[in-house]
Amino acid sequence: MIRFENVSKWYPGGVADAVDNLSLFINEGEICVLVGSSGCGKTTTMKMINKLIEPSSGTIYLDGQNIETLDTLTLRLNIGYIIQEIGLFPHMTVAENVATIPVELGWKPLRIKARVEELLDLVDLDPRLFGRKKPRELNASQKLRVGIARALAANPMIMLMDEPFGALDPVARTRMQDEFLTIHQKIHKTIVLVTHDIDEAIRMGDRIAVMRNGRVLQFDTPREILSHPADPFVSELIGDRKALKLMNLISCAQLMHDVSEFRQTWNRDFKAGGTLPGASTIGMQATAQDALAEMFRTGERFLFVEDDSHQVQGVIELDDLFKSVSQGDDARKQ
Amino acid sequence: MRANSDDAGYAVSLCRIVLLAVIGILLCVAVVEHPQDRLVAQLVSYHRVLVLLGQHLSIVASASALAILTAVPAGVLLTRPRFRAWTPRLIGLARIGQAVPGLAVIALSVGLLGVGTMTAILAMGLCSLLPILNNTLTGINAVDPALLAAAHGMGVAPRHVLTRVELPLALAMIMAGIRSAVTINIGAAVLAAFVGGGGLGELIITGNTISRVQVMVLGAALPMLMALAADAVFDMIDHGMKL
Ligand SMILES: Nc1ncnc2c1ncn2[C@@H]1O[C@H](COP(=O)(O)OP(=O)(O)O)[C@@H](O)[C@H]1O
Ligand SMILES: [Mg+2]
Repeated sequence: MIRFENVSKWYPGGVADAVDNLSLFINEGEICVLVGSSGCGKTTTMKMINKLIEPSSGTIYLDGQNIETLDTLTLRLNIGYIIQEIGLFPHMTVAENVATIPVELGWKPLRIKARVEELLDLVDLDPRLFGRKKPRELNASQKLRVGIARALAANPMIMLMDEPFGALDPVARTRMQDEFLTIHQKIHKTIVLVTHDIDEAIRMGDRIAVMRNGRVLQFDTPREILSHPADPFVSELIGDRKALKLMNLISCAQLMHDVSEFRQTWNRDFKAGGTLPGASTIGMQATAQDALAEMFRTGERFLFVEDDSHQVQGVIELDDLFKSVSQGDDARKQ
Repeated sequence: MRANSDDAGYAVSLCRIVLLAVIGILLCVAVVEHPQDRLVAQLVSYHRVLVLLGQHLSIVASASALAILTAVPAGVLLTRPRFRAWTPRLIGLARIGQAVPGLAVIALSVGLLGVGTMTAILAMGLCSLLPILNNTLTGINAVDPALLAAAHGMGVAPRHVLTRVELPLALAMIMAGIRSAVTINIGAAVLAAFVGGGGLGELIITGNTISRVQVMVLGAALPMLMALAADAVFDMIDHGMKL
């Protein structure tokens, strides 16, 4: 989908290259996260995709086409863009902000109105309640929601997001990250997300490019980066509690095993539903980390995994959790 | 709440305008119906006052239109990327330029263009152009660069970034510039009479020539009331923009 080929960027008067001979391939539909400390060239890399910055050398391809050959406005209209400050227009209402690009494209008013409502619903803002509000009346999460809706308005193939969660407090940040992942499952765009927060990268990314001094040190899945950091700097960036972070990436559905086996080893009274009296349960989407926390809470060495309609699907034992992180490779193969 | 207070502000401004108009009319009636002598009665009639008032208004309107139509486009042009680096220096120049007295500019223009209404309008347009230019530059320059980055990055065409983002956000500032320009022009238009341009200044000249205070006061009071009324009109526009 997006391919960087030996792309470099040096600013006039800059000491070192802001982006240094970067090559990347970003697949269609994936969330690619550029992560690294401030000044490592993430924003520059991102802005070269929508031609806000021109590479000093190298080529960027979009669907195989050199973006230099594409019309700048057409290219940008096909790329949703959310800047760090979100940048909602203060003189326009929420609805007008979301309609920015549809108006630019000359859509009919009725079509614009319907699209705006659809988008506000998608980002979980009531169109009747929020449509006429001005950006100054919104809190940081609501602003981000409007920013997401505005970026999606013309149904672009790609979304570029520059530290979009940066302005949120930790609680709101986690919630918005989760909500964005839910939205992404519905819209399935190719997303390039910039952040300096490695936990956010691990949480959000299908693949993560760890950057330093304009170079990509490692470009891989979050699991691979956690279990096999390619560079001392990557290890340092991941920090401690690596095993816990890895557990965050493994779902209970991946870890659970059959209940019947478990029954034989634990010769106790099973209820009709298949669980033990008083035993705790957890959802299939929950992570290994959630399971661990739940076991610590109940003091039991196992818990049951149930689906959305509360049917028990399997069981996880403490040993499964140990194995999942101490043998990262085995867990990944499943 | 906010809408209510703006509604109230709107009504207050309207009352101010009506009140000023009534005072103006009463002044005229007082002079025309109760002239201090025959000479005044001969030289001041409703018709004459109306004609001079019309001239005054048209001089003010033409000079202001001239200033707006040159200063706003110039301000827009001078804030485009290729001139952007100069913008702060231009704002400084426009500020200094405003210190030049209008009378000097009018006198100079007479030297260059001779007497007449056009001279007055051109000179006044030139003087009142600077506050508008200054405010247009300042207003556009003050737009948050992040908003421009967002607009450009999403694919809004540069001319639409101007009309949909920069100008609306700079509008209050530009209006403030236009407001001072019009106020300056209402006062400066009195001078038009001295270069043969007509307007309410003629009453002052007449009053001075025949040494009749009544006529001079009328000639001085009417532009003053007009300036106050213009101020109220701009208040109304301000309230209207906030709704
Ligand atoms: N417009 C610019 N002019 C000069 N240097 C710049 C400019 N923008 C960024 N840089 C420099 O390029 C480097 C990378 O910047 P950036 O891409 O913004 O980093 P990041 O987004 O990772 O924090 C930094 O050293 C920064 O100082
Ligand atoms: Mg950045």
